[in-house]
Amino acid sequence: MVGLVRTGTKNLRNLAVTVFFLTAPIFFAQANNVEEDSTETFKPGEMIMHHVQDTHEFHLWGELAMPLPVILWTDHGLDVFMSGGFYHGDGTVETSKGSYVMHHEKIYYAGVHGGEHGEAEEVHAAMPLDFSITRNVFSLLMSFALISWLFISIANSYKKRGSKSAPKGAQSFFEPIILFVRDDIVIPNIGEKKYEKYLPYILTLFFFIWINNLIGLVPFFPGGSNLSGNIAFTFTLSLLTYIIVQFSGNKAYWKHIFWMPGVPVPVRFILAPIELLGTVSKAFALMIRLFANITGGHIVVLSLASMVFLFKSYIVGGVVTPFVLFIMVLELLVAAIQAYVFALLTSLFIGMAVADDDHH
Amino acid sequence: MELLTPSVGLVFWTTIAFLLLVFILTKFAWKPILQTLRIREESIEEALKAADLAREEMAELKSDNEKLLAEARAEREQLLKDAGKVASGIKEDAKKEAEAITKRMMEDAKASIEAEKQSALAEVKNQVADLSIEIAEKIIRKSLGDDKAQKALVNEFLKDKSFN
Repeated sequence: MVGLVRTGTKNLRNLAVTVFFLTAPIFFAQANNVEEDSTETFKPGEMIMHHVQDTHEFHLWGELAMPLPVILWTDHGLDVFMSGGFYHGDGTVETSKGSYVMHHEKIYYAGVHGGEHGEAEEVHAAMPLDFSITRNVFSLLMSFALISWLFISIANSYKKRGSKSAPKGAQSFFEPIILFVRDDIVIPNIGEKKYEKYLPYILTLFFFIWINNLIGLVPFFPGGSNLSGNIAFTFTLSLLTYIIVQFSGNKAYWKHIFWMPGVPVPVRFILAPIELLGTVSKAFALMIRLFANITGGHIVVLSLASMVFLFKSYIVGGVVTPFVLFIMVLELLVAAIQAYVFALLTSLFIGMAVADDDHH
Repeated sequence: MELLTPSVGLVFWTTIAFLLLVFILTKFAWKPILQTLRIREESIEEALKAADLAREEMAELKSDNEKLLAEARAEREQLLKDAGKVASGIKEDAKKEAEAITKRMMEDAKASIEAEKQSALAEVKNQVADLSIEIAEKIIRKSLGDDKAQKALVNEFLKDKSFN
């Protein structure tokens, strides 16, 4: 930290901003603390799980939360309403299409069991399909807008400035990253001849994961959602990668799966199911890796911050805050590394699927 | 387990958002960006190649110049040498001619001197002969002025001539 301060007043200001941002989870945690202290003692586990999972409202500060639209596909068709009702009053929402209750962020038909539910009853209650704009979906749409705006404006500055002049501003920040993705991730793995078809997908994938990771690290509204650490998010991206890899697979790729050259015939029969499973496990590993890294990071930061409220001591706060800072900076690195790894492995898998069969 | 169960809604929205993003960015961002980058890389490559070519041409030009210069220098040397040779030839010739002329002049001079000498000598001889005759005449005339002297002379002659 001394080193950071020494590098000048501009850095000092940046440092102050950073410290403010990074200690914000403590305020955030405090908000939860206040909320829950009124009824029971602070439970860090609950707070953390609440944070890393999806919710139907966006918590702002203190008692204040932004209700989000609930979109349900019910037995009677589409039902759209705001989520506020689930968090206030008796927690039952009645619409013209039916009445619903929410338990642990899951929406059930209220039916005969309306109102307070025990866990056993909940499990058996019927559920409508939930397409709500949850906190993660909200964050997703926001990042969608942000990324579109960012890269289209960069593309416009490319169009405006042409190929003869040097990049400027955001353009000069992102150009080396775009070139890095192209020259160090995509081309070495897929090859000069075939990379162009896949480059836009992998570029989008890289920036989509990276920027969502970063938004997740912002500790307050509109950041702080654990979108890129949500299994549904990582599942979708790895599923798309899986589909692209299988559809890109050439003859040699499939031959290596179902009829492995260079091994005795009986072994080929044993290898086929293993190889087939291998195609799935690669995508599965992609899904778990991103999920675990980002969720793990969130949990570590929140656990450290929770210590302040468990011990209720300024000394612990003084010790823990630098730790939170350290982990947050580490998470900034992890955010980029995980985006890089996801893009790298995706290109690697595509590269394996489209590789010419010339090494036998 | 809750954490590890993908929810239908988020999968749905992520799929839509991501695919839409891939489509939009491919059309409006990646294509123009990558195209511009490619054009720029190509133009840089071309510029580098052109610079290399220019450098080679410069080197060629320089070597050509040097060759020309060397040729010119050699020619100049040749010219100088030739000129020197011609000059020394002319000098030699002039010297020879001068020598020849001198020699001829000397010979002419000698010849004319000889001729003068001869003619002078001849004249002297003639004059001496004339003088001798004159003197002899005068002497004879004087000494034979009287008979006695004539007789004496005749005697003299006769004396010399012995009649044997």
